[in-house]
Amino acid sequence: MCSSTLTHCFVKVGRRLAATGFFLLSLSSFAAEEPVLNLYSARHYATDEALYDNFTRASGIKINRVDADDAGILARLKAEGSASPADVILLVDAARLWKGEIEDLFAPVQSPALLKAIPEHLRAKQRPEGTRWFGLSTRARVIVYDKQKFKPDDVDSYEKLADPKFAGRLCIRSGSHPYNLSLFGSMLEHLGAPATETWLKGLVANLARQPKGGDTDQIKGVASGECGVALANSYYLARLYRSDNPQDKAVVERIGVMLPNQNSWGTHVNIAGGAVARHAKHPQNAVAFLNYLVSEQAQTYFADGNNEWPVIKGLSINNPALKAMGGASFKSEKLPASVVGMNQVKVQQMLDRVGLR
Amino acid sequence: MLVAPVLMVLVAWLQWDTTSAAVWLGLLETVLPEYTLNSLLLCLLVALGVVSIGSVGAVAVSLFDFPGRQTLSWLLLLPLAMPAYVVAYAYTDFLQYSGPLQMWLRQHSGWQGALWPDVRSTWGAAVVLSLSLYPYVYLLCRSAFSERAPHLMEAARLLGASVPRRVFRVALPLARPAIAAGLALAMMETLADFGVSSYFGVQTFSTGIYKAWLVMDNRVAAAQLSSFLLLLVAAVLWVEYRAQSRLRFSNRRTSSRTQESQVMRLHGWPAAMAFVLCVLPVLLGFVFPLLIMGHALWIGSQQQALPWAAFAGWFWNSLKLGGISAVLAVGLALVLAHGVRTRPTWWRRFSTQLAGLGYAVPGVVIVVGLLLPLSWIQQRWPQSGAGYWLTATLLGLLWAYLVRFIAVALQSVQSGYSRISLSADESARMLGSSGHDVFWRVHWPLLRPSAASALLLVWVDVMKELPATLVLRPFNTDTLAVMAYQLARDERLGEAALPSLALVVAGLLPVLLMARAQKSVQKP
Repeated sequence: MCSSTLTHCFVKVGRRLAATGFFLLSLSSFAAEEPVLNLYSARHYATDEALYDNFTRASGIKINRVDADDAGILARLKAEGSASPADVILLVDAARLWKGEIEDLFAPVQSPALLKAIPEHLRAKQRPEGTRWFGLSTRARVIVYDKQKFKPDDVDSYEKLADPKFAGRLCIRSGSHPYNLSLFGSMLEHLGAPATETWLKGLVANLARQPKGGDTDQIKGVASGECGVALANSYYLARLYRSDNPQDKAVVERIGVMLPNQNSWGTHVNIAGGAVARHAKHPQNAVAFLNYLVSEQAQTYFADGNNEWPVIKGLSINNPALKAMGGASFKSEKLPASVVGMNQVKVQQMLDRVGLR
Repeated sequence: MLVAPVLMVLVAWLQWDTTSAAVWLGLLETVLPEYTLNSLLLCLLVALGVVSIGSVGAVAVSLFDFPGRQTLSWLLLLPLAMPAYVVAYAYTDFLQYSGPLQMWLRQHSGWQGALWPDVRSTWGAAVVLSLSLYPYVYLLCRSAFSERAPHLMEAARLLGASVPRRVFRVALPLARPAIAAGLALAMMETLADFGVSSYFGVQTFSTGIYKAWLVMDNRVAAAQLSSFLLLLVAAVLWVEYRAQSRLRFSNRRTSSRTQESQVMRLHGWPAAMAFVLCVLPVLLGFVFPLLIMGHALWIGSQQQALPWAAFAGWFWNSLKLGGISAVLAVGLALVLAHGVRTRPTWWRRFSTQLAGLGYAVPGVVIVVGLLLPLSWIQQRWPQSGAGYWLTATLLGLLWAYLVRFIAVALQSVQSGYSRISLSADESARMLGSSGHDVFWRVHWPLLRPSAASALLLVWVDVMKELPATLVLRPFNTDTLAVMAYQLARDERLGEAALPSLALVVAGLLPVLLMARAQKSVQKP
């Protein structure tokens, strides 16, 4: 039968496995000298590969990587405790970054370069022992609307989404999704609890369908006429803008995009950021990596390659989709992540009360 | 070791204090009724689906003859190769309001609004799961028929029974234990399902546990939800046990099977009906999803070069993880089965059964069961490095796979053992062979086919596994299943199509082997 070839295959697999185990073992004992960086990442984008490769080429530091979602990464970090091999953690939600900070999963970092490059509201609070996480890019939560049915004036603020004129027209993804929780958390800060709950009730009353799917589904919902207005993350929108697929082009043709609240507190932005792990075995490599991520080269990758807004000032953006959405010149909200993070539980309770899934 | 993660979940109840009582009350008031209701509804719908599709298919191909029967009898197995979540990705994209079919219909017919209910619902999940799980019922039901039914049907015909009477009063009652066994397998898969219900946003126990643990960060609540799920699983296992014991009973009397099988030839309308009934599940459960994903892949490849290099890495990781765990699982199954055979003590039999429990336990529960004690051990003995060994190496992941899939290997190996007469052992022992010799020179040559099929089944199951792989895998080990899931989650279906299709191809291998084995049984 095929057993001889199979056996051969298993021996090979076994050898490789043993080699991997030995390699990892040697890592843990001679940590400081190894030019290695262990990365837990909630980002999993094709352009990030190029980013990592460039870092390795420039510094000689090899990157080992596990991708999972934000929550999975934090849970795993917690279970691993002081034995965790992770050096750098990349997350894509401000509230989760804040959560990692208060649960003491991140190490404080002293880096004047990082402090200088990143605006204050896009990083953790600066303390005497250091700063625990740093924003690396942002995405805006924008309003997408059907150009045939509504005018830009109808949707120039988040508050207007609760207007009865959108009854049976609003589409959003699950209220419990981090993107929405963060937006609602910021609304809670601006409007206060009673007004926010009334606003959320208005959203529920306006829903065209039960919240489901991702942001792309909401955008396509508007283009197909199922919805009149929708909330979406600029990152997904930009991807449609840049697509060559005729179907995606038709979607972009039909929709209007509004960066809301330009006349009040600014459009809500969510932060994708990084931190050094509490028990990092390669802390110097970790800080070097974070520094690289705010370099002009890396920030250009975020902007032009992955459709995110850079955090450093004065970078020229060549991304047609981001330019179409207002370039870097729009007014963005400046709430600290801790506020949004702290409001999450309250928001989730409100969502349960008003029945927003 | 194999049951430990499952037991750990139950131990979580011991950490009972006022805060966990409050959490528990909160769960009871808010989500628990919903989870229970959704899980039960889903089970009920899937049960109806798999039994009707599976038994109709089996009746058609084994009791009647019509054009295309031979081919269809193995084509009906194909959906087994399709991970349910891939079917889910395909149909969501194709059928949703803004999907190509509805858009086209609206454009050309002038209809307005949603033309049918959204696929992403409990109903949709039930349809998708039925389409990918019915082969379990079909497979067991068909072998029950082919062993006895033609003979008895012939007798009933001679006694003057009509066709419907023969089918409903003779054939189906005969296959009842087989249907129940297949149904139990499908139910376990349904309860353990994570991919479909999480993609559809259906709140079941499995997705609820994941949410409680990872999103709300409440591990105790997650463990408590898990123990409720275990209760449901125990109920299913009990049904399966009852069915199995009757199956054995009916099998025992099949030794005098007639070689000649006289099936009824169908012509005209009835033949067309049978053909359509058998073709539909194949089309819906395999061909259409395959075409939709293939189309998505083609569109995607127009836009940007496919990541072949990365893809090769995912493929290799999937193969590697599947291969290592398959070898371990089969080795362990051989040891356990051999132990039970040579010295069937009460304890050995019990522990073997317990080890088989894992198949019905969702991967999420196993992950919780592994990580819960891990963080405790790590806090207690920081020097042990336990946290490191379980996640930074393959150990944790392999452990989880073994817990989950040892049952598959055990079943195959034990059925292999049951075909080796005990007298063969005794003869060998009397000729002076040691226990070791008996295994290598008598059992192993006879067990090789069963071991090989066990190997393939575990291999493919591991490649499809999602929740444990997602959370427990070490550095630089993205697999096909993980990438398909993550890309689909990130709303990039075109890119998700490549790993999804690769999984289908990998899954086809054992299905084709199984189909071949069935054929050789049918035509000795």
